[in-house]
Amino acid sequence: MARVISMRKAINEALFQVMEEDPTVILLGEDIAGGEGSPGESDAWGGDMGITKGLQPRFGKERVMDTPISESAIMGTAVGAATCGLRPIAELMFVDFMGVCFDQIMNQAAKFRYMFGGKAETPVVIRTQIGAGYRGAAQHSQCLYPMFAHVPGIKCVIPSSAYDTKGLLIQAVRDNDPVIFFEHKFMYDQVSDDVPEEMYAVPFGEANIVREGGDVTIVAIAWMVHQAKAAAEILAGEGIECQIVDPRTISPLDEDTIIECVEETGRLVVVDEAYPRCNMGTDISALVAREAFGALKAPIQVVSPPHVPVPFAPELEDAFIPSPEKIAEAVRKTMNYK
Amino acid sequence: MMSDERIQAITVPKWGMAMEEGTVTGWHLEEGATVAEGDEVLDVESTKIANVIEAKGNGILRRRVAAEGTTLPVGGLLAVIASDDVSDEEIDGFVSGFVVVAVADDGGAGGPVPRFADVNGRQIRYVVNGEDGEPIILIHGFGGDMNAWMFNQDALAADCSVYTLELPGHGGSSKDVGDGSLDVLTEAVEAVMDVAGADHVHLVGHSLGGAVALQVALDHPGKIGSLTLIAPAGLGSEINGDYISGFVAAQRRKEMKPLAQQLFADPSIVSRSMVEDLLKSKRIDGVDAALAAIAGCQFADGAQTLDLAARADDLDVPVQIIWGSDDAIIPVSQADNLAGASVHRIDGAGHMPMMEKAAEVNDLIAGFVARA
Repeated sequence: MARVISMRKAINEALFQVMEEDPTVILLGEDIAGGEGSPGESDAWGGDMGITKGLQPRFGKERVMDTPISESAIMGTAVGAATCGLRPIAELMFVDFMGVCFDQIMNQAAKFRYMFGGKAETPVVIRTQIGAGYRGAAQHSQCLYPMFAHVPGIKCVIPSSAYDTKGLLIQAVRDNDPVIFFEHKFMYDQVSDDVPEEMYAVPFGEANIVREGGDVTIVAIAWMVHQAKAAAEILAGEGIECQIVDPRTISPLDEDTIIECVEETGRLVVVDEAYPRCNMGTDISALVAREAFGALKAPIQVVSPPHVPVPFAPELEDAFIPSPEKIAEAVRKTMNYK
Repeated sequence: MMSDERIQAITVPKWGMAMEEGTVTGWHLEEGATVAEGDEVLDVESTKIANVIEAKGNGILRRRVAAEGTTLPVGGLLAVIASDDVSDEEIDGFVSGFVVVAVADDGGAGGPVPRFADVNGRQIRYVVNGEDGEPIILIHGFGGDMNAWMFNQDALAADCSVYTLELPGHGGSSKDVGDGSLDVLTEAVEAVMDVAGADHVHLVGHSLGGAVALQVALDHPGKIGSLTLIAPAGLGSEINGDYISGFVAAQRRKEMKPLAQQLFADPSIVSRSMVEDLLKSKRIDGVDAALAAIAGCQFADGAQTLDLAARADDLDVPVQIIWGSDDAIIPVSQADNLAGASVHRIDGAGHMPMMEKAAEVNDLIAGFVARA
């Protein structure tokens, strides 16, 4: 039965349930229990954000492993274990740290199925945090998911609700390919909604239409879905009805739904918190320009941060993040185009 | 709150457990209009569905409390109906003194708390609306849940105690259905009959739930007060096999939407949120396997395996059959297959007349139960 829980709780519950269901699921990451080798209680932390709290006491140190501070060791272990029959879930704290272990992801895990003639499977899940708004400064605040969507052989999942978070994480663990599961750190406690207690899987490549509206399609990802909802409320007061589409997974991308939605409304605004060059905003714009040009009543608008590192000064960080006001302004631009 | 029999409040209804608020989308009557029971007063929509609200008594529409576009919580005051001997001051006092009564439940606003009955290791979820009167048990169809009755539960609860259950494999009940045979489903109804405790239970079954109700009535002579079958299975072999197999297979919105539209005479009733709810229920582990098992057992190769029409003589209860004239799932021609039953064909309704023509169906059920 469904009840309202936060995204934080949804992740924790999904991890509990997949570990109960499948003994081949293991967890590894830095401080996901409590700092191996240090004095004090063994489940003191549950990860830097407390997401994995309670898992080591339940499933033991064999299945919930605190690792050394070595991203390449975590990733090499996880990818290797996945090729040998386990289903590891590696926590890589912040996506900003992926550079340290990128080869293991983009050249190893992503390529095995292809290079071994379809005979190798690598069912690894990499959980990692994205996003600004947490006063985390330039090295802990980025949305680097476009870099991973760029590489064939990796599935990229970015939930925006607690319901989707649980169902997509369960699907990620059951999937037989490498999946990167991007969690917007600002949303852990900010976002709560109805989540069934039972296990369920939300399929990849199926966008969610978050809000109905006939005037303009807004495609938004992660926290930007909520910023777009706030913008839609402002615009509803002006008589502008926004349809909001959340792709949920950017690789695979539900191109059909995006194209069909723009064909209905004739206007597109894409909101992406990732840096503007080669982000999903440009990718989805190109898709629609290519496939639905005839349906467009106005030029496509993209709302993204400026092409600068995420600032640490709170005022600048707030200005960096696409706001409901900026999204509303982009929508008005498409409405007023003549 | 002062209760005054001369003043009737029209309030935001609760259509299904998830509904917390409703928005007024239009008025059918001006203030001062004479209103008779059953007249359409206004349109209300929830996030999932829209429907018309009808007057429950006679009088004059004295006050339209909520303007078009207003959103109110379930139980919020929409309109006041009273005769003209009630003064404007009394109406003002009623409106200003009106208190929304919230009923505690599992976290949503208002509505009954779901309960569970145990049978052979399975948990059967049900809710009860209305504490007084004879029990009515509502049994949904294949792939459905208690939301199928969202427009009926409150209306029928005026004079009866309404038990809405969810069959195994459906809604919040256990997902295991064994081999998918009818026994597993009838057991669930029997478990709720035991809870209801009365020896005079009225069964209302829709589609597959109709076949279940019919079988329970055959198995329990003397215990059933009346039987209302709405577009029931079990009265002929023909059924829309593409719908059944498509529903079992559907994983995505694109696949589900055209299927859901086949259920209604007016396909525009099917909202995105309704499609999403169907997909959400199918995504729960075990549901697709349960549906496949039931379909394999009851609707193998696109035809119904169970035909109870020949057993009409074995029934000892009054039976009415309600069927939408535009049913695209089970042909309305099967309505005549059960000898002795009174038959009501409903124009402008498809396979879901209790949703599409709720007021008409509610009247038929309430009247039939009262006479039985």
